[in-house]
Amino acid sequence: MIMPVILWTDALIFLLVAIVTGFALYARGKPHLRAPWHHVMCSRLGSMAVVILCAYIIIGLLDSLHYRPAIENSDASAETHYAVEVLSVLDVLVGPLRTRTEKTYSAPFATQLFSRETVQHPDGSQTRKYPRLEYGGRHLENPAADARADILQRSGIALTQTLAAGLAVLLLITLWQARRRQLAFMASLRDILARRTAVPWLIILITLSVLLLLTFLAINLATAYHVLGTDKVGEDVFYQTLKSIRTGLVIGTLTTLIMLPFAIFMGILAGYARGWIDDLIQYLYTTLNSIPGILLIAAAILMLQVYMANHPDAFETTLERADIRLLFLCIILGITSWTGLCRLLRGESLKLREAEYIQAATAFGVRHSKIISRHILPNVMHIVLITVVLDFSGLVLAEAVLSYVGVGVDPTMNSWGNMINSARLEMAREPVVWWSLLAAFLFMFTLVLAANLFSDAVRDAFDPRLRQR
Amino acid sequence: MFAYIVRRAAYAIPILIGVNLLTFYLFFVVNSPDDMARLHLGVKRVTPEAIEKWKAERGYNKPLLYNEAVSGSERFTKTIFFEKSVKLFAFDFGYSDDGRDISHDIAQRMVPSLAIAIPSLLVGLLINISFAMLLAFFRGTYVDVSGVILCVALMSVSAMFYIIGGQFLLGKLLRLMPISGYDGGVDAIKFLVLPVIIGVVSGIGSSTRLYRSFFLEEAGKDFIRTARAKGLKESRVLFRHLLANAMIPIVTGVVVILPLLFMGSLLLESFFAVPGLGSYTIDAINRQDFAIVRAMVFLGSVLYIIGLILVDVAYTVVDPRVRLS
Repeated sequence: MIMPVILWTDALIFLLVAIVTGFALYARGKPHLRAPWHHVMCSRLGSMAVVILCAYIIIGLLDSLHYRPAIENSDASAETHYAVEVLSVLDVLVGPLRTRTEKTYSAPFATQLFSRETVQHPDGSQTRKYPRLEYGGRHLENPAADARADILQRSGIALTQTLAAGLAVLLLITLWQARRRQLAFMASLRDILARRTAVPWLIILITLSVLLLLTFLAINLATAYHVLGTDKVGEDVFYQTLKSIRTGLVIGTLTTLIMLPFAIFMGILAGYARGWIDDLIQYLYTTLNSIPGILLIAAAILMLQVYMANHPDAFETTLERADIRLLFLCIILGITSWTGLCRLLRGESLKLREAEYIQAATAFGVRHSKIISRHILPNVMHIVLITVVLDFSGLVLAEAVLSYVGVGVDPTMNSWGNMINSARLEMAREPVVWWSLLAAFLFMFTLVLAANLFSDAVRDAFDPRLRQR
Repeated sequence: MFAYIVRRAAYAIPILIGVNLLTFYLFFVVNSPDDMARLHLGVKRVTPEAIEKWKAERGYNKPLLYNEAVSGSERFTKTIFFEKSVKLFAFDFGYSDDGRDISHDIAQRMVPSLAIAIPSLLVGLLINISFAMLLAFFRGTYVDVSGVILCVALMSVSAMFYIIGGQFLLGKLLRLMPISGYDGGVDAIKFLVLPVIIGVVSGIGSSTRLYRSFFLEEAGKDFIRTARAKGLKESRVLFRHLLANAMIPIVTGVVVILPLLFMGSLLLESFFAVPGLGSYTIDAINRQDFAIVRAMVFLGSVLYIIGLILVDVAYTVVDPRVRLS
């Protein structure tokens, strides 16, 4: 028995997924809405970025399905109790990664602890040696000699699995393309391999294969070793980075989701209504903008901390506490970041309201609300979209800085910022503990790079000024 | 022009009042002085007397807006609002929660902040403009494409990695310069080299890409084609025509952040233990010293508004077509 738990951020994520799905269904039959997205997929870097982002999003979504497991009870008739620990579907999938904690630091693929310990022998003598890890490489009889061969063997298995899966994907894409374009199977295959298709399927396939290889490597190796080592308290670093993905995605997407209605409404209103409304909204965002963002965030987070200290029983589990803090961070980041979009929309609406089709609509006596929703809003949506996508990577990066300053996500929550923060001191150790930093760097860099490439592709596809060139 | 500046400066006053009201609301109404005292003294074992004493020492024991206990104009001046918020307008920042003179601290810490910020800005500008021009010169070729991808990759790296990586590589492995610290006078230089290098490197990606787009924007215009048609040498076209015009958005972009340089860099200063205003702010946040945070909010807003006014002036200076009215 399990008890599903829907955290605040989970609910908002599902809302976002619903909005995106709804829009996708709506846009399916509308060529003018589909065309720019097709353009995104046709660019090489864009399609690559989409595949990588999808992988991150899948992990993030799996990590957003939370539940509380029931506590095993020998008495069947008794009321079931649920553990205070909230788990997610991702925790189930990665299974042992979460629970197999060592004593302290261990390097990637190590079979011994990173630091020497004094071991008491049965005869009373003491020696200082590197003790075996409890879990990493446990299946090996003689780790020093066998580890390398074992790792190679497992990698070999992963490679074969990747080849098989990659070929299967190629087969599926070819079949699908052959059916859609009514080609013979071989002709379709030749087109794909020779990169003669509009959408660069070969590149998508290669990116996908790399991701598959990483997945299979993780499946084969991470079950037997700590592929990215363990941290100070012996937790698997690979598990931490996987869990951090959700935090990064939540900050990058929910912040925009929260600020979006506000920015769109105020921006269009200011540009369309002009006069004193315009002055008021301009005053509002100039004032907010002039406060250094980090100080506003710090002030708000400190407020939240005071509130939480005064209301300790408002939150059932530590995860719920951390989640509220994450949501609050998103809100406050939204408050400090809506001004840029608002200013852009105001300028565009000012321009649009003088356009002939709007003047015509006004002359026909169309209501203001209708003009805004039917004529202005669709024509500024490209600005909204470009801004949203551009902001994403900046917000993911901002999380790390905020966590360093101490006003970021909850210290108990897995996030890249928290990982970097603790890794800072590890770099000063002798010998250096480098794997936490490397893990956070790799995962964060890949996500932000993919997001940046994606936003470039989106901007090229949606910005009318760029499209004409 | 003078009249314009005066008008813009007058426009700044309501904004500063707004900022002031907002910070007052955040720090005194939402978060009462009692909460602050409890936060500082620790939640446990805190007696009402200790809270009162803490508040009295820092002048937080007065009513928020209106003091009934006294008479005359003091009813308004003997309040938290007047003493802590209104006085900010006179740049009277008062004392921090641990009793130090904030104005004095700020004046002292401005020098190290500027010692990092100004060299980073100048060196960064020089490097970024050169790279951007190089990419614009090779536009459409593999040099350009790979350069842009490199820029995107560089800007995808968190600033924290640049700092930690730079400290590790240059400071710890190669032992070229001290990892962190600061010293007054000429000795400061050896401590400043590393932060400046990292400050410059971490900005290369985004700035070069932005400046490249400025260059390309100008490169597509008619006067460039005319210049080439007249038979000018490519180097002359690049430096006399392209660079001069692309400098307009670059200069205005720099001018707007000039005043904010005084605020220092949060990350660089705190990682390198430089006693500037950036590390001052971070320390204040960590110690939850609200008096300093309030002062820095106000200072930041003032500098931001000065930046906005400077930009308008800069437009007329670098672009003679623009006239202020």
